[in-house]
Amino acid sequence: MARYLSIVEDAYRGTVEEQDDTAVWFTHALRNAGAEAGILLRGSAVYYAVKGQDTRGLRFGTRALTGAPRLDQDLVACIRKSVLVYLVAEDAADRGIPEGELLPGVIRVPRRQIGKLVDQFDRAIHW
Amino acid sequence: MASITIGLMDPPYESANTPTAFRIIDAAIRAGHHVNVFLYEGAVGLGFSGQKPHANPVKGTTAEEEDHPNPKDWVSGLFALARERGTRLDWVNCGLCVDERGLEAQVEGARRGSPADLWKMAEASEGFLFISTR
Amino acid sequence: MQYLLIESQSTWDSGSVAYFYGLAADLAAGGNEVTLYLVQNGVMTARSGAQDGRLASVARTVRVLADDFSLRERAIGPEALIAGVACSPIDAVVALLAGGAKTLWH
Repeated sequence: MARYLSIVEDAYRGTVEEQDDTAVWFTHALRNAGAEAGILLRGSAVYYAVKGQDTRGLRFGTRALTGAPRLDQDLVACIRKSVLVYLVAEDAADRGIPEGELLPGVIRVPRRQIGKLVDQFDRAIHW
Repeated sequence: MASITIGLMDPPYESANTPTAFRIIDAAIRAGHHVNVFLYEGAVGLGFSGQKPHANPVKGTTAEEEDHPNPKDWVSGLFALARERGTRLDWVNCGLCVDERGLEAQVEGARRGSPADLWKMAEASEGFLFISTR
Repeated sequence: MQYLLIESQSTWDSGSVAYFYGLAADLAAGGNEVTLYLVQNGVMTARSGAQDGRLASVARTVRVLADDFSLRERAIGPEALIAGVACSPIDAVVALLAGGAKTLWH
């Protein structure tokens, strides 16, 4: 059985309308179907692993949004389903994100080892 | 009270630009301004009346629990707010963009137009903002 | 002349963000009143500790605002912003538009 890696670098594209990130959701759906899967967060997508993101309270005219996206919790749900979630350490540091604000359970990967990580998976989707 | 004209290009569900644009339109109506919106290219999909919500099998929610946003409801909500506040919202789709995408079915209030309408609306407005797509 | 420049991307997302910052600074140097409004991923560069000093440089001559919802969406508290950047509701954009500010979105 092939192992699938989703490399996510585009962040917050359509997340309010979809109420989640389409790449993370898709990977979780692959896992639910039985696939072995991993997620590598790089670039601005490292922000998905920051605790405490809050999108509540949006309304457009008379229509309120009731299902605010909770991208950090979606990653927690992936981790609970044994999806390995990785994050490029330097990309978080470059963006000034303190270690303590990152979700536990997310595996830090140095930039120079991204190639080795990709090697560990049989197929990859670069989102 | 001023008039503000906004041009949009992004289709539904594809860009963070969309909720930001809707936030601006909402805030402008609440502030008592008239708002003209010109929908170009994929943005004509925002008011497509055939959008439907769905369940979320990954999260285990029913369609009702998920309450998945359909931007057409946001458009209708903005029209309702404009009526409440006594301001005007003009929602104009580029007709050729509608035709090539087959998106004629639109929510009530939306109308068909062309870039000439954007120009006329902009000429009559104090504020002009065009959010192009990437 | 009043200008409103809205930046939706971070400097890591796109190399042309630096150009847009430069445009804001140039317009200010030309005697215009310039507001740079950071929204969506554009607020990432305003975080204290982010390894990019170009925004701090722009903030010396341009009023820089960071969208409150975009900050909250990324769990960036207002206290975590670099000097010269203020947290702002989207109403500031509406006020500038209604006041006739020449507006560009990037």
